[in-house]
Amino acid sequence: MKFQIPIGPQHPALKEPISLRMTVEGEIIRDADLRLGYNHRGLEKLAEQKTWIQNIYLTERICGICSHSHTTCYVQGVEKLMEIEPPKRGQYIRYLVSELERIHSHLLWLGVAGHEAGFDSFFMYTWRDREIVMDILEIISGNRVHYGINTIGGVRRDLDEQQVKHILDSLAILRQRSEYYQHLGTNEPSFVARLAGVGYLSREDAIALCAVGPTVRASGVPMDVRKDDPYGIYDEVPFEVCTAETCDVLGRTVVRIKELFQCYNIIEYLLKNLPTGPVAVRAPRRAKPNEVVSRYEAPRGENIHYIKSNGTDKPERLKVRAPTLGNYAATIKMLKNGFIADVPLIFAAIDPCICCAERAVALVDARSGQEKIISMNALKQLSRQVAAGNARKREAEWPL
Amino acid sequence: MLTKLTHWSRLKSPWILHLNTGACNACDIEVVAALTPRFDVERFGILLKATPRHADVIVCTGPATRQMKDRLIRIYEQTPDPKFVIAVGACAMSGCVYRGAYNVIGGIDQVIPVDVYVPGCPVRPDAVIDGVVKLLNKLKG
Ligand code: SF4
Repeated sequence: MKFQIPIGPQHPALKEPISLRMTVEGEIIRDADLRLGYNHRGLEKLAEQKTWIQNIYLTERICGICSHSHTTCYVQGVEKLMEIEPPKRGQYIRYLVSELERIHSHLLWLGVAGHEAGFDSFFMYTWRDREIVMDILEIISGNRVHYGINTIGGVRRDLDEQQVKHILDSLAILRQRSEYYQHLGTNEPSFVARLAGVGYLSREDAIALCAVGPTVRASGVPMDVRKDDPYGIYDEVPFEVCTAETCDVLGRTVVRIKELFQCYNIIEYLLKNLPTGPVAVRAPRRAKPNEVVSRYEAPRGENIHYIKSNGTDKPERLKVRAPTLGNYAATIKMLKNGFIADVPLIFAAIDPCICCAERAVALVDARSGQEKIISMNALKQLSRQVAAGNARKREAEWPL
Repeated sequence: MLTKLTHWSRLKSPWILHLNTGACNACDIEVVAALTPRFDVERFGILLKATPRHADVIVCTGPATRQMKDRLIRIYEQTPDPKFVIAVGACAMSGCVYRGAYNVIGGIDQVIPVDVYVPGCPVRPDAVIDGVVKLLNKLKG
């Protein structure tokens, strides 16, 4: 006996609005389907009405966890369009904030994973330590989440000696705590038992379904834009790409913990080798007609911005491909033949950032594995369609 | 006597439902951060609840998107009376940077009545706590 269970858009297991349809047979999921669009705001269209500078603040608000990833990706692209090169010190500070953001994002994720696995004290621990990173970011930029530190041609704030010292001191604490998490995450029997073997994604599937970020790295594929196509200063910074071979949620946890240590190393390197000089150069107001693709390794995976200019002070087109979108197809694969109780865990394991991914509305058809991109114009029609689908679901018959 | 008791328990344990209606996640994360050890709103008896049927206070983040509008109304109707709505963040108040986007209606107050507005983009967890305490004081009075 098969029947469908709708989960979401408002559901305890999901922090953000997304709707999952699962066809189940007893406890086992046979099929899964994602319904998106609850968080679609029409941001790409909005970007066409704003100037290059205003768009930095708009792209920052694509997502609150990887806000710096989106601005950096955007700013890198615009700098290429305007043919300017930010000064070295500006770049160092920019990527310093990137790595701090990665730490905050991974700690946040560890907490969420702990919470989904029923290990709430782990959640509280990691979030307590996350406050240390938030404090550093606040000291550098003046805000906890939307840093607003990027500008076209560099960064807006400089670092002084005292701040550098504070960051290094805080890092020492974080490093110590992370060692404890590493120990806990890989040795605590009940935690490991809950995570191991859940959400299996083989190496071949991960590549075929274009998974990105820690999801693909946990399937043993060393894919990282910082290494594969170094942008900014990453060709000078020594670091390793962390992978795991277990292909499950445990592997994804291990990859993220290992990445934390890489982040600490990168930050230490950046601070010790911080060049002197200005932090930004003046940028022109207009960009020549051209187009550019900018890649960036966000905490969740590869982030791609496509920017087209037409000689005015506004972009003609801005397209954002957020990492979560790349991982949706793989999620469907992971959910299949799993248990209902594992859904939150598997779903959390890709570290979904729904507000990031909701650009053009994409429906992933689980049955054919095909992705259907629906044009912006068809959006209204789509929402009606989805709403109609919901109405039917409400009267769905239950086997009891 | 009974009304006194319900009034007291309402003040001492407001349970909240956190609802994202199209936010950029930053406000959501700050709301969750308010529950964690540094800020710890649980000392006011505040608990994060998973379903609107258990909640007294709906904490809304984000502008109301067209897709979410009907769900927002449905969730508001599912919450038992008396219910209160806190709009967290510039988005929930007015739409913030998304104002004017084709899929955004505007603030939450375009769709459901709002009791407390907490400004900020994103709001600081301290501000969320302040908003909740203001609501509690309003209830007392
Ligand atoms: S108010 Fe700002 S931080 Fe909060 S959801 Fe809106 S854009 Fe994001």
